[in-house]
Amino acid sequence: MTAPSLVQEHFDATIAAEHRIEPRDWMPEGYRKTLVRQIAQHAHSEIIGMQPEGDWLLAAPSLRRKAILLAKVQDEAGHGMYLYSAAETLGVDRADLTDKLIEGRQKYSSIFNYPTLTYADVGVIGWLVDGAAICNQVPLCRSSYGPYARAMIRICKEESFHQRQGYELLLTMMAGTDEQRAMVQDAVDRWWWPSLMMFGPPDADSPNSAQSMAWGIKRHSNDELRQRYVDMTVPQAEFLGVTLPDPELALDPETGRYHFGAIDWEEFKRVLAGEGPCNAERIARRRAARDEGAWVLEAATAYAEKHA
Amino acid sequence: MSEVIAEGGHGAVPTGPEVPAGPGRVRSGWPLYEVFVRGKRGLNHVHVGSLHAPDDEMAVHAARDLYTRRNEGVSIWVVRSADITASSPDEKDELFAPSGDKVYRHPTFYDIPENVPHI
Repeated sequence: MTAPSLVQEHFDATIAAEHRIEPRDWMPEGYRKTLVRQIAQHAHSEIIGMQPEGDWLLAAPSLRRKAILLAKVQDEAGHGMYLYSAAETLGVDRADLTDKLIEGRQKYSSIFNYPTLTYADVGVIGWLVDGAAICNQVPLCRSSYGPYARAMIRICKEESFHQRQGYELLLTMMAGTDEQRAMVQDAVDRWWWPSLMMFGPPDADSPNSAQSMAWGIKRHSNDELRQRYVDMTVPQAEFLGVTLPDPELALDPETGRYHFGAIDWEEFKRVLAGEGPCNAERIARRRAARDEGAWVLEAATAYAEKHA
Repeated sequence: MSEVIAEGGHGAVPTGPEVPAGPGRVRSGWPLYEVFVRGKRGLNHVHVGSLHAPDDEMAVHAARDLYTRRNEGVSIWVVRSADITASSPDEKDELFAPSGDKVYRHPTFYDIPENVPHI
C-alpha cells in the first residue's frame, strides 16, 4: 500500500478540522462525484418541484393565495439555480445536468411524482414536504463543501416561508367547512407516507451514507433525520386537528420520541424506478421547457452578439 | 495561467490539472457571471453567487431576480467569471506565507503596562 499523498493528507486534515473544502482545493475523485450527484439531484428536485404546485397557479382561490404561491414557485426556481451554480464549481455544466435529468440518467426526489389533486395539497406540500426538506437541509448548511453549504444557507432562509404559508393555509381551511376539513385530511392521508420516504432508504440499505458522513457531506443518517421530522410534525398535526394515517404512531414515554409504523419501501422503489403516478408527465414537461424554450436562448445570444 | 471557471457564486477558480473538468463544461453558450451585492449603504459589495447570461445587461436583470427577491441589496455588480484573476492554490506558500512571520504587524505584539489608559 502506498502512503497517502501530500494533497490527500491536506484534504483529510481540512475535513478533520471541520474546515470547508473550496473549489480550488484538491479533492478525491469520489468526493467530487458524490457531490455532483447529490447537488445535481437536489437542483433537479427544486426545478421539477415547481410543477406539482405550479399546476394550481391559475386556480388559486384568491389573489392573496395566488401571489403567495407564485412567490413560492419562483423561489423553487431560484433554489435550483443556486444549486446548479454550486454544481458548476465542480467542473460540470448545468445544461449537461439538465440533459442527464431528461434522459433519466440523474434522479430527483420521488416526492414530486405524486399529483396535487386539490388546493389542500398546496398547503400540505408546504407543511409536510417543505417541512421534511428543512429537516434534511438545515444540517447541510454545515456541509464540508463550501459552495454547497453556502447555497443551502440561502435556501434554508427561504424555506421557512414555504412551510409557514402551507401551515397557515391549512389552518384557514380547518376553520372552514366540513368539506374543506375533509379535503385537508385527504391530502394529509396521501402525502404523509411519501414525506417520510423523502429521507431516503433506511440506514441499513443506504450503502453510501457512511462515506458521505465521513467526508462531512452529510451530517446525520437518514433514519435519524426521519425520526426528528416525525417528532417535530406530530404535535403540529394535533394542533391542526388532522389524523396522521398511521395506527402505530405513538409517543414512547421513555425516550420522548414517536414510534411509527413500517414504511412501504416497495412503493418507494417503484416510484424511484419511474412507475410513480406522474414520473412521465414531469419529465415530459421539463423536456418541453428545454426544447420549446431553446429559441429564446438563441435569440438572446444573437442579440448579444449583434450589440457586442 | 490556468483556465478560470466560476466558483458558483463564491469566487473565480483557476482550474489546474488538480481540478478535473467535465467534458460538457463549456457547452452552454452564455458566459458565466459572478454576482456581487451591496446589502445596504455603508457595506461592501459581497460575492453572492453566479449565473449565466447572454450579455452584461441581462446579467444584471437576472441577478436582481435571482439574488434580491427579498430586499437583499441596494446595488449589484456583475462581472464575467473569465475576467477574474485569482490566486492559484499552487502559489499559496509564496503568496501568503511572508505575512506569517511579521507578527509585529499586530497590536498584540507590543507589551504595554496595564495602567496605561486608552491604548
